[in-house]
Amino acid sequence: METHLIQMYMRLANEFARTFDSLFHRIQSSMILKFILGLFWHLLHIAVSLVHIWSYVIQQLRCYIISSGLFAKYRNFSLSRLRYLAVIVDSQEAKHTAKIKQLLSWLSAIGVKHVALYDAEGVLKKSIDFGQTRLRDRSAGTCLDGDVNCVTSLCNYEEMSIELLSFTDGKEGIAKAASFLCSDYLKNDSDDCGRTETLFTEANMTKALKAVGYYGPEPDLLLVYGPARCHLGFPPWRLRYTEIMHMGPLKSMKYSAIVKALYDFSKKYQNYGS
Amino acid sequence: MEENGKSITSSLLRSVSRFLRNCLFAMLSFGPMPNHIAFIMDGSRRYAKNRIVQQGTGHRVGFKVLTSTLQYCYEMGVKYVTVYAFSIDNFKREPAEVQSLMDLMKEKIDELLNRESIVSKYGIRINFWGNLNLLTEPVRLAAMKAMTATAKNTGPVLSICVAYTSTNEIMRAVEKAWEEKRKEIEQMDSAISVGDLERHLYTANCPDPDIVIRTSGETRLSNFLLWQSDYGHLQNRHPLWPEFCLRHLIWAILEFQRVYPYLQERRGWCKKEG
Repeated sequence: METHLIQMYMRLANEFARTFDSLFHRIQSSMILKFILGLFWHLLHIAVSLVHIWSYVIQQLRCYIISSGLFAKYRNFSLSRLRYLAVIVDSQEAKHTAKIKQLLSWLSAIGVKHVALYDAEGVLKKSIDFGQTRLRDRSAGTCLDGDVNCVTSLCNYEEMSIELLSFTDGKEGIAKAASFLCSDYLKNDSDDCGRTETLFTEANMTKALKAVGYYGPEPDLLLVYGPARCHLGFPPWRLRYTEIMHMGPLKSMKYSAIVKALYDFSKKYQNYGS
Repeated sequence: MEENGKSITSSLLRSVSRFLRNCLFAMLSFGPMPNHIAFIMDGSRRYAKNRIVQQGTGHRVGFKVLTSTLQYCYEMGVKYVTVYAFSIDNFKREPAEVQSLMDLMKEKIDELLNRESIVSKYGIRINFWGNLNLLTEPVRLAAMKAMTATAKNTGPVLSICVAYTSTNEIMRAVEKAWEEKRKEIEQMDSAISVGDLERHLYTANCPDPDIVIRTSGETRLSNFLLWQSDYGHLQNRHPLWPEFCLRHLIWAILEFQRVYPYLQERRGWCKKEG
């Protein structure tokens, strides 16, 4: 009797499961219910927008407090860990060169010495004028290891060295360095056979990038100015352990937001996988 | 009798929960859904430390979270999921910890191939991306077995990055491109192109990730999918990986849907230039 009851209950549970599944499939095919689901989707996104508005208000308050100088920690923190800073700007916003120069002035005032400026379409390379001749254009093979000045397309502005980058400095640079490695192997093949296992190493790729003029130091911190937190094709070889922070659109940039980002960076700890 | 009653109740509750989840996913699907989500599963050790339990416990809970997250992703219609399980840099950890992680990996790979596992349920194809020669023999064999056993599956794709770094992947692609194009380079002074490298990355048959989620609040990519994540939405979620749950995943999808038009526009520009 008990066994019979148990079997009946199990069948009932399976029936319920099948009913729910079938109901769900019917819901999917019904136009009216699709409309209702769409309505709920929009309501869900309205709720998400409200959360973002609230976060924005909190952020503005924080910026106001930081700029008022109430907290000493935001005035006195060390930038010793920040050897190289990168800034990504959306290409549409990169056309506002006055804003870019304002940003660079702020970075210089805080004490940043080396900056890489990136926009995917190369708008900055074409339009920005720092009022001085470039210190160095793309040139190959003149670099020392670990030298932050060992970059291509270097300018000087507000006592900072500025490197201008675009999408073509990323994957295409790696492809050119790969071709360089291969042609270098072919030239020396007769002298030293069977080198392939020692040829295709990361260290050799770094040397090849220097040789073809696509080398640059790895930024410690990357600030992304744009609608989304996305690196938009920044040279992948230089992004391994870079801290990436989203700053919002360039048009609403704030000095105190940069101070907060640099302060947060100074408190970061990296164990590099160990 | 009581135990059977409990199992019937839990079966009913699971059915109701699945129905509600399906309604929620149907609502989300009204907007653009990601095709490929990548996870940097960070925070298992911190989870164990915070709860004053053994490190292995954090990783075991992390594995359970992985299977439930995979289930939610596949129920939502996400076709590709990639997870960063073990970096080449992680070999720098204490040998005892590395060995226990290797043992856990072998155990969990074998579990995934069970008949009752999520792999069988959804017909998942498993890939292991990384320098598998660096793994211990039992893990490497288990990984090869899992890839062979699921090679013909036509369901969603799970790619597990072990002994992986993006720079190592790029160098492997350079070597493969060299092997493929050696004669052309020798005879016709041809060069290696971006397309040649992309054909030999692990992700050659897989779309680029739409979302890259890192848990535990860290803001760096730690040498993960640097080449492929150009136009992926980079998200850092505060919960530790073992604390990641459905609501965090839903929030990640909603955030992705907000920025989708911008990312699509940028991706479109990149394709046009390419």
